[in-house]
Amino acid sequence: MKKISLSNISKLYEVISREYDLYAPIKKAGKVNFAKWTDGEEVVFNAQTVRSPKDMFFPQTMDLYSLKMQGKTVEVIDDRSETAPFVVFGVKPCDCKSFEVLDRVFLAEPVDTYYQNRREAGIIVGLGCSAPSESCMCASFGVDNTEPVADVKSYIVDGEMYLDAITDKGEKLLSLIAGLLVDADSTKVDEQKAKTKEINKKLPLQNLDMTRFTADNLNEIFNEEEWEGLSEACLACGTCTYVCPTCQCYDIRDFKTNDGVKRFRCWDSCMYSDFTKMSAGQPRNTQMQRFRQRFMHKLVYFPANNDGMYSCVGCGRCATKCPISMNIAKVIKKLGGKHND
Amino acid sequence: MQVSDIKKKASEMLLSGEVKRVIGWKKGEFDYDLTPATFESVEELEDFVYDGFCGANLSKYLIKESKKEGKTLVFMKPCDTYSFNQLLKEHRIVRDNVYVVAIDCEGKLDIDKIKSKGIKGILSVKEDGDEVIIDTIYGESKVVKGEVMLEKCLTCKSKEHVAYDESMAQGVENVSLDRFSEVAKLEAMTADERYEFWRGELSKCIRCNACRNVCPACSCVKCVFDNDASGVSAKSNANEFEESMFHIIRAFHVAGRCTDCGECSRVCPQHIPLHLINRKFIKDINTLYGEYQAGADVDSRGPLTNYTTDDLDPSDIFGGNK
Repeated sequence: MKKISLSNISKLYEVISREYDLYAPIKKAGKVNFAKWTDGEEVVFNAQTVRSPKDMFFPQTMDLYSLKMQGKTVEVIDDRSETAPFVVFGVKPCDCKSFEVLDRVFLAEPVDTYYQNRREAGIIVGLGCSAPSESCMCASFGVDNTEPVADVKSYIVDGEMYLDAITDKGEKLLSLIAGLLVDADSTKVDEQKAKTKEINKKLPLQNLDMTRFTADNLNEIFNEEEWEGLSEACLACGTCTYVCPTCQCYDIRDFKTNDGVKRFRCWDSCMYSDFTKMSAGQPRNTQMQRFRQRFMHKLVYFPANNDGMYSCVGCGRCATKCPISMNIAKVIKKLGGKHND
Repeated sequence: MQVSDIKKKASEMLLSGEVKRVIGWKKGEFDYDLTPATFESVEELEDFVYDGFCGANLSKYLIKESKKEGKTLVFMKPCDTYSFNQLLKEHRIVRDNVYVVAIDCEGKLDIDKIKSKGIKGILSVKEDGDEVIIDTIYGESKVVKGEVMLEKCLTCKSKEHVAYDESMAQGVENVSLDRFSEVAKLEAMTADERYEFWRGELSKCIRCNACRNVCPACSCVKCVFDNDASGVSAKSNANEFEESMFHIIRAFHVAGRCTDCGECSRVCPQHIPLHLINRKFIKDINTLYGEYQAGADVDSRGPLTNYTTDDLDPSDIFGGNK
């Protein structure tokens, strides 16, 4: 394990950014979001970013290809730009887990090469939690918030950042900044981990009962009357889906240019009225049906198809950002199992 | 006015059959995550709450609820009644199907402002006069209420209701700041500074549409941005131009109808001060056509839908070409 004093950390950003595009949780206009680091930016580690780091691998909009018309010929232009290697710094354990969920979707056959390119190019530096919040539900989804699964794991204790490489990519990154790091033992980090685990026990949403969410109960849960009440105040906005680190639905759209068409994909939201609309019509006509889709997907359909893995990592963004304060915790408590009070 | 009185009122009206349902706020997992809800029985009213976190404006829900069979009882804060009037004026609510009970409001709290003070692990939030006491797993914190109130409450329009069938309000002293002072600050900037300010704010937009969907003035059955046939439908901001234009177009569409309820800024996950765009329009409308408050009544013609030969041309005041 290595370490560096936080007072010297901008030097570390500087060295990394000479070699890679460096993304970190940066505070701009009062809010913290992952953004490209340049000298003088304020990096903030003790707040949750509004947007999740999924943007790095699955951007909100992405050009796919263009069609250019000239007379009677149509030229197809590949708009893909291969992404140069980049580093994402300060990714919390829940968000690290979200990449595993997204990999299941985009790296399964047929592989999404746009996503694959970014995954291969990205080096993730995870950051262990030391002060989780009441909206944190990661433990309910099998995430250990003291063990970020990433290329490098890091911890901040007493004004120092501790770093440990996990993968070859991580080793390569640490060798780049080796001159700035000194050897360290893990005593202080271990102490912090133990302390965080004690805090977790006091958090109200870290032990949700999800035993009822099994494929066998699919129809029964789908037909629950409770969905009406849970969704009645839903504004049908896309906040929960757009701040979510694992929501992965997208739409493919055409933008008409002067001499052709630009085809791009952008995030979709099951909360929106035209979600999965087809020429034959709209399979989910009411907001209740669309609301239900979101939670059934995360808690029942996805695990049924992915060895029991939920497509929620318990980051709690939906709980803190929903305009009407409806969220996955309330759904689980209503429908998840007997042991939710 | 006690919460127990409000609940009692709701129970009585449900039991007597005068109303079929009640719209109010339902308790959440924590003290601060209340959800707007309908209550159809006395048992359901167990979860009814009215406290510092009832910032949500309930008037827009009446578009749907007032079309249901039977009467709906709704509890409204003063600012909610302006939105209610404006929706009546636009024929969006069936008035006969609604029973409005006016309740007091002493200003609502913003949990994000509390959290931005570094307070996390929140177990409970209690108001004690001008103080807010927050108990967390990391210890207790006390903050001054004025520092953690919703933006919309800091510049409260009025503590008086402009519409109701019955009032339970006992009156609260009006303590609002000048709501146009922030607009004046923006006007004092150079065009470049102002552009920078708005680019910084609007570049955070994730296009979740929360501002639009919560807005009582945005009551189109199908928004042009959701309509594939419109040619301008979009699910995301493809570039800086779209980030800005979505909000500017929306502000134009609600100009003259926006009551300044402040819900747009309250719900924005990125805390973009969207209400300032609307307030700029309100300020300009006041300057051009005389003081006007949307939602203050149900009968008057709005300044932008009314033409008189005395109307000024904007260039008479703001300069530029006619």
